Amino acid sequence: MSLPTEINVILATDCGSTTTKAILIERRDGAYRLVVRGEAPTTVEAPFEDVTRGVLNAVREVEEQSGREILDGDRIVSPAGGGRGVDIYVSTSSAGGGLQMMVAGVVKSMTAESAERAALGAGAIVMETLASNDGRLPHERIERIRQLRPDMILLSGGVDGGTKSHVVEMAELIAAADPRPRLGSGYDLPVIYAGNADAREDIARILTERTELSQVDNLRPVLEAEHLGPAREQIHTLFMEHVMAQAPGYGDLMAWTHVPIMPTPGAVGRMVRVVAERSGIDVLGVDIGGATTDVFSVFGGAFNRTVSANLGMSYSISNVLTEAGLENIARWLPFEMTDADLKDRMGNKMIRPTSIPQTMEELIIEQAVAREALRLAFEQHRNFAVELKGVQQLRTISDTFDQQTGGRSLVDLMNLDLIIGSGGVLSHAPSRAQAALMMVDAFQPEGITNLAVDSIFMMPHLGVLSTVHEAAALEVFDRDCLVHLGPCVAPVGTGSPGTPCATVRARTDDAEWTHEAALGELAAIPAGEADEVALEVVPSRGFDAGAGRGVTVARTVRNGPLGVIVDTRGRPLQQPEDAAERVETLQRDYRALNLFPESG
Amino acid sequence: MAHAYTSGLRVSARTVVARTRRLPLSGKVLVEVGDRVRPDTVVAETFLPGPVHNVNVANALAIAPEEVPGCMLKQRDEPVAKGELIAESKGIFGLFKSSVRCPESGIIEMVSEVTGQVLIREPSTPVRINAYLDGTVTETLPEEGVVVETAGACIQGIFGVGGETHALIRQIVQSPDDEVTGEMIDDRLRGRIVCCGSIITLDALRKLIEVGASGVVVGGMRYHDIGDLLGYQIGVAVTGGEDIGLTMIVTEGFGRLPMAERTFDLLRSMQDREASLSGATQIRAGVIRPEIIIRSDGGEAAADQVSAAGRGLETGSLIRLIREPWFGELATVASLPEEPVRLPTGAFARVLEARRTNGALVTVPRANVEIVET
Repeated sequence: MSLPTEINVILATDCGSTTTKAILIERRDGAYRLVVRGEAPTTVEAPFEDVTRGVLNAVREVEEQSGREILDGDRIVSPAGGGRGVDIYVSTSSAGGGLQMMVAGVVKSMTAESAERAALGAGAIVMETLASNDGRLPHERIERIRQLRPDMILLSGGVDGGTKSHVVEMAELIAAADPRPRLGSGYDLPVIYAGNADAREDIARILTERTELSQVDNLRPVLEAEHLGPAREQIHTLFMEHVMAQAPGYGDLMAWTHVPIMPTPGAVGRMVRVVAERSGIDVLGVDIGGATTDVFSVFGGAFNRTVSANLGMSYSISNVLTEAGLENIARWLPFEMTDADLKDRMGNKMIRPTSIPQTMEELIIEQAVAREALRLAFEQHRNFAVELKGVQQLRTISDTFDQQTGGRSLVDLMNLDLIIGSGGVLSHAPSRAQAALMMVDAFQPEGITNLAVDSIFMMPHLGVLSTVHEAAALEVFDRDCLVHLGPCVAPVGTGSPGTPCATVRARTDDAEWTHEAALGELAAIPAGEADEVALEVVPSRGFDAGAGRGVTVARTVRNGPLGVIVDTRGRPLQQPEDAAERVETLQRDYRALNLFPESG
Repeated sequence: MAHAYTSGLRVSARTVVARTRRLPLSGKVLVEVGDRVRPDTVVAETFLPGPVHNVNVANALAIAPEEVPGCMLKQRDEPVAKGELIAESKGIFGLFKSSVRCPESGIIEMVSEVTGQVLIREPSTPVRINAYLDGTVTETLPEEGVVVETAGACIQGIFGVGGETHALIRQIVQSPDDEVTGEMIDDRLRGRIVCCGSIITLDALRKLIEVGASGVVVGGMRYHDIGDLLGYQIGVAVTGGEDIGLTMIVTEGFGRLPMAERTFDLLRSMQDREASLSGATQIRAGVIRPEIIIRSDGGEAAADQVSAAGRGLETGSLIRLIREPWFGELATVASLPEEPVRLPTGAFARVLEARRTNGALVTVPRANVEIVET
C-alpha cells in the first residue's frame, strides 16, 4: 500500500496476547498528539480465530471516544478526507506467543551469541541456542531441534573465509532433525543462513530440500565486528511472509497496514534506539508483562535487548518466586507474613492472572514481586549486553594487573541517563511514586538518572510508526507517551551509616532546596510543580555522583511526583539482615515518601 | 473492555462435551464417525521418525571428508544393522584397512563429504492416541485425529497436575470443608479418583500415590506441597506432563479452601461412576483447565445451553470472589455501577457490589470475580 504525501491522521494498533490496543494520533496546530486510546480482547484464539475482529473492536472504541468515523463496515477508511478515515494505519503484534526462534552458531560465546543478539533485537523469543561447543552430543542437539517447533531458525557460524566444516555440520544436524514450524503444517520451516559466505553452496545443498532457506550476509564477517542488520531485516520479512501469514486473520490485517507488521518487542526496541540516538544518551527500557519481561538498552550507541521468558507478574509470577527465592521477595515487605501464605497468594495470582490487588497489603506484595522480576531480568540483561567476545586485545605492561578477557558488560549505571518503564505494574501503579521506587530498588541506578514510565504502553505503536514517520513518533513520545517520574540521585561510595555523602541542591524558577545526604537514607526533595529542576550534586570526598569522586555534577532534569529522589542506601543496596529491623526501615522509608498513603 | 471478569469454571451436571484428539504428526485415523469408543480405545496412530546417530567416518578412518563417499560400504537410504560394517578404508595394497561399524540399527540418512559425517536414523516409533472419553466419534480429521463427544457431567478445576486417566469416583469426606489426612487413605482407594473437601495434606497425597490411586480432586492445596511432591516448584501454570503416579485437580485454589458445594454435591452424586480425568492446565491465551467428565447413564446428547459466562455479569449472578480480602467466598451481584471506583489501594477500577453469604454488601473489582457456571 503506498504512503500518502501528507500524514495528518494516524491509526496504530498493537495486537497483544490478550488485548488489542488501538491509538489515534492527529496533527493539530502543527503538532502530532495522541487523541484517544481504545482496547478490546485479542481474537486470535478460538472461538474467533481471526485477529481482525479484535482490531475492529478496538478501533470501534477509538471511533466512539473520538467521534471520528474510521471504519466503513469492516474496512479502515484511508486516506482521510472530509473528517473521516485515517491517512495511515500501522500495527505490531505479539499475539499467539509472538515470534519464537531457535538460533545456532559455531562457538557459543561468539557466533551463537551474535545470532542470539540478532534474533532478540528483531523482537523474537529465543527458545534455544545451539553451538558446536555447547557440550551436547550431536544426537542430543538433533533431539532438541525436533522437540522445539520454532517459527524460524537463524543459523550462523564462522567468519568469512574461515573454516566451514563446523557450520556445515550444524546445517546437517538441522536437516537430520527435519524440523517442523509451530504454525501451519503445510509449509517448510524458514531457516536464515547468516554465516561464513564460503559455506553458502554447501548450506543450500543440505537445507534447501527440507527447509525454506534464505541466505543473508554473515552476521559476524570478522571476529572484531557484528553486522546484525541484514539478519534482523530478514527475520522481519519472514515474520510477515511466513509466520504471520499462518496466523488466523493476519492475511487480511497485513493488507490493511501501510507498512509491514512488526513484532511488538522489535517496535519497542526501535523506539528506544530512536530516543537514544536523537539525544545522544544512554537509555534503559523495560517492559514487564504477565508472562515475560523485556529489557532494552542503548549504551555507548550499542543496542541490546533481552527477554526473560518466565519472569512476569501473573502467568509466571510463581517462577519469580522460584528464581528470586522467597526471602528476596519478603525483603520488600513492610510487614511480616508466613512463607506458606505468601506462596499460596502468588500461586493464586498465577492461576487467576487477571485479578488485581484490592487491599494495600496485596498491592505491596505485587510490587515486591515486581522489584525482584525487574532485578532478575536486568541481571540477565547485564550479562548479555557485553562487548564482543573472542576479539584480540592489545595489552601493555600496565594491563598486567587489570586483565579483561573480553565480554565486559556494556551496562554502565553511572552513565545511564534515562530509565523508561512500562507494563501494568509500572504504568498502572496507583501512584507514580510507587513506580519510581520500584525501578530504583530493582535497577539501583548510580549518579543522576531520570526515571519515566510509558503512560499507556504506546511505545510499540510509536516504534512501528517511526519506520514511516519518525518525527510524528517522537513528538507523541515526548508529549503524550512519557510520564516523567523525576531523577534519582545516588552518590556511590563506602562508609558507615550516617556518614555525610553529598549535598544536593535543587532549584526551580520559584524556589531552591538543599538536602544534606548521609549514607543509609532514602529521601525526596519536593521540587514543587515545575517541569524542570536545576540540580547540583556536591559529593563528599570518596563519593562519586557521575563525574568522579568528590567532583560536583550540575544538570537540568525533569521533575517528578516525588521531586528529586535521593538514594544513599548504598550500591549494591544495603538492607538490615534482621527481619524486624528491615520491616521497621521499610516502614520508615515508605512513610517518609508517603508511598502507600493508607498503609500507615 | 467488554469482559473485565474471569470467565467462570464449568460445573455442569448435564452437558455435551466434545474433545479433539489430535496426533502430533500426520498419521492414520483408526475409527469412523458414529463409532462408540471407550476412554482407552486407540483412535489414531502415527510413527515418529526414530532418533538419529552420527558417526564421523572421516575421523574414524583417518581420511579426508571428501574421501568418505568412496569408502562407504552402505549407501544412503540403505538399511543397516547394529554392528554391521558401514565403511572401510582402502588400506595399503589392500592391507592395514580400518573400518567403521554401525552403532545402531536403522537407515543411512546422509553421507557428508564436507564434514565426513554419516547419519543413521533408527526405525520409527509408533505413537497412539486414545479416545479419552467414553463417547461417540462425531468427526474425523483426515490424517490428524478425531472429535469424540459425550453427554454427561463436566467439572472444571482451576489447576491440575498430571495427564489423562479414567477410573471410578470415590468421595471420602462428608463435607466440602473437611480435611483429608494420611490415616484416611488405604488400599481400597487403589485405582480410584479420590474426591476430597477443603484441603489434603502432603502425607495423604503421598499415601494416595503409594496405594495406587488414579486421581485426586480437592478444593485447595498448599502451593509448596505440590512443589514437595514434584521435587520442583511449578513456576508457570502449564502442566499435564508430570509423572507422579496420579492426576491431581484443585477446584478452588491454593490454601485451605472448601470445595464449592455445587461441585462437591455433583461429585457425591457420581459416587462409583467412571470418570475421565485430565490435569492439563494452561493459563495463557488458549486456556486449558483440568477437568472431570462423567458420561450420563443414558448417553444421549443434551442440548448445550448458553452458559452464565456467555451472558456476562448481571444483577443476581452467582459469583466467586477470587482475591483477598474475601478470597474463595461465594456471593451474588447486587449492582453493577458504570463508573470506575477508587479502591483501597488508590487505583481506579470498574467494580460491582456483591452480597456475601453472611448478608454483607461489599465492593469488589470486576476483575476479582468469577461467574459460577451451572
